[in-house]
Amino acid sequence: MTTAPVTPYRSQAAAGRESFWHLVHAEWTKFRTVRGWMITMIVAIMAVTAFVFLATNVSSSCSGSACPAPPAGPGGEPVTDAFYFAHQPLTGNGTITVQLTSLTGQVAVGPSQTVPGLQPWSKAGIIIKQNTSQGSAYAAMMVTGSHGVRMQWDYVNDTPGLTGSMSASSPRWLRLVRTGDTITGYDSADGTHWTLAGTATLPGLTSIVQAGLFAAAPSNGNTATATGVFRHIGLSWTATRWTGTNVGGSGPNGVPQPGTLRQSADAITVTGSGDITPLAGDGSVLSLQRALAGTPIGLIPLIVVGAMFITTEYRRGLIRVSLTASPNRGRLLAAKAVMIATVSFVTGLIAATLAVAVGARTLARTGVPLWPVPALTLARMLVGTAALLAVAAVLALAIGTVLRRSAAAVAAAIVVIFVPYLLALVPPLVGRGVLARGGFAGGGLSLIAREWLLRITPAAGFSAQQVVPRFSQVADAFYSPNWGYYPLAPWAGFAVECAWAAAALALAFYLLRRRDA
Amino acid sequence: MSLTARVSPSPHPVVQALHAEWTKLRTVAGPAWLLAGVIALTVAVGTVAAGAAQCPSAACGIDPAKVSFTGLYLGQAAVAVAGVLAVGNEYSAGMIKLSLIAVPRRLTWFFAKAAVLTVPVLIASALAVAGSALAGWLILPGHGFTPVHGYASLITGTDIRAAVGAVLYLTLIALLSLGIATAVRDSAVAIGLVLGLLYLFPIIASLVSDATLARRLQQIGLLSAGLDVQATIGVKTLPLTPWQGLSVVALWTAGALLLGAFALKFRDA
Repeated sequence: MTTAPVTPYRSQAAAGRESFWHLVHAEWTKFRTVRGWMITMIVAIMAVTAFVFLATNVSSSCSGSACPAPPAGPGGEPVTDAFYFAHQPLTGNGTITVQLTSLTGQVAVGPSQTVPGLQPWSKAGIIIKQNTSQGSAYAAMMVTGSHGVRMQWDYVNDTPGLTGSMSASSPRWLRLVRTGDTITGYDSADGTHWTLAGTATLPGLTSIVQAGLFAAAPSNGNTATATGVFRHIGLSWTATRWTGTNVGGSGPNGVPQPGTLRQSADAITVTGSGDITPLAGDGSVLSLQRALAGTPIGLIPLIVVGAMFITTEYRRGLIRVSLTASPNRGRLLAAKAVMIATVSFVTGLIAATLAVAVGARTLARTGVPLWPVPALTLARMLVGTAALLAVAAVLALAIGTVLRRSAAAVAAAIVVIFVPYLLALVPPLVGRGVLARGGFAGGGLSLIAREWLLRITPAAGFSAQQVVPRFSQVADAFYSPNWGYYPLAPWAGFAVECAWAAAALALAFYLLRRRDA
Repeated sequence: MSLTARVSPSPHPVVQALHAEWTKLRTVAGPAWLLAGVIALTVAVGTVAAGAAQCPSAACGIDPAKVSFTGLYLGQAAVAVAGVLAVGNEYSAGMIKLSLIAVPRRLTWFFAKAAVLTVPVLIASALAVAGSALAGWLILPGHGFTPVHGYASLITGTDIRAAVGAVLYLTLIALLSLGIATAVRDSAVAIGLVLGLLYLFPIIASLVSDATLARRLQQIGLLSAGLDVQATIGVKTLPLTPWQGLSVVALWTAGALLLGAFALKFRDA
């Protein structure tokens, strides 16, 4: 006798519990019902936002009198525009051609003592500039200390020309041609064979501009000067007398040392200090990034909660219940990671948005020109801050899974994430100043060592907040982590942090499966 | 004049409490490992930092003591964990109830706990600092820290003050952690608070834009004040004199211990 096969009874409820999203929901219930953790999230938001008021109080950064705001360039960005300019007016179109035979430099090492020394970005050459006021549009051809011939315009643009060093026997010929609001730069080694270096469009250039010779040398802790010797000066217009001007005067944003102009029968010698670049140095003060300075303060509570999210399960024995409910241990860990990442991301996003909204207002009130922040960069700042906090919390969770003890896990997570950031920032340099590359400020690690910490440790994730791009035509010493410049590109730095979290999660996954709970 | 008192001398309750606490500390593997970790971490990081340091010219402005003691940034975290766990483990395991039945005078128990923690931490700190100083002494002269560059010898009175100050600093951090852990009764929260106190002050000080406020934060911050006592060059430009710096740390520790003692005395365990 045969019977139809009997289908065994299967519970409908069991299938539902297996779902990953039910696990996530269970973790959310665990998280939301611990009052202390919810309060910690609110504290993190408040800490980040409240710090904005301390970090964006820029006007008092000069002790005593208020600092004059730095000049703003044509794009609205803060710029350094201080150099010695030997100029004459040019009306309409025109061409200026010179031969440069020598570029030398001096560095002040004492009150009245100087030693020879040419900075890599010391420069001398020809320039066509709207007028002699700071921040006005310009285009220039120049010979630099160790970066060859360059064409630069409107502060942020820089293209290379002839390479190699210059000497009296191997001079450099430079030429600028103005046609309307377009300026074209050429260079030549012999004065007959010319090469196009670049074409600059300076929108809104008026008919009368100032054209002439210039010299500048960025200070590298000590005041530096550059001296260029110009010969065979050819002007397409009727030459008038050269006027010497220290662009920016000698005030706080002006030239470190007034320049000189010496004319002989066959040569003009121009000496100047200062620089013509996007403003760097104490850069974080001058960008909206400053508003996010409180992120490390919000990071510590998130690390504590991230680690405790699993260690309290071990302490209370809840882990056995959790693993009975979800025997697949990897999925439990994944659900916890998804949950803590989501909560931290939302917390970070709220905190960052509030901080930037408040910071934008307080920074605007100071009157200091700010780096223009495109919408995409702003979005990357906010999402990047939230993401770096979320990944840090996941890393803390993974460390907690590996160590299983609250205190050890919290301490280890803080040491791994936070101490590299601290070591990269200290010694805190208060106020304006420039660190020599490889140099120290009162002990601690060298700038090179500090930048490496921000490349290889989880603290690299802070790169996601950087607003001001690094410009190759600015000396590296101006880009210190203290001022919010990171050695890695935003997403590259974030990827380093993610790699740490992934590695820690892999170890946590391995140990969670292998060990008894 | 009673005879019995000499025949069966019962130890003073404080001695008994000290003995009990010492037995607890001695018979658990955790503290020994932690303190070994303090030494290993401090010396290893100090050696790497010394190996990476270069003094290319005279007046390069590098403090050899601070370079050698870079490991203290991490070592103090392990010391803080040791301090937190000394009390935190009592609470997390429920041992505290038993301890307070055995020693009903809570402040006696607290004192014994602190005293028993101090000795091994002091020894471990001394070994960690001595190891870092030795590494610096061996490595740094080969990296330009020579008499030609203004570093006459790396063992002067100032250097000894820096080393002694660093040892005392680590010990004070352990006691501070003990006090905070007693006040909050939860290891994870306590270590978060201690490390937040330690590491956040210097970061905040470096980020506030007001120079006066930044200097004030460096004066009252635990870590920056503790670094003052480790300085051997540019002492005159520090926010505080070296011993003032250590006093600030001692004040923080005294405050935390008082807070812990107060909470312990007037609260249910």
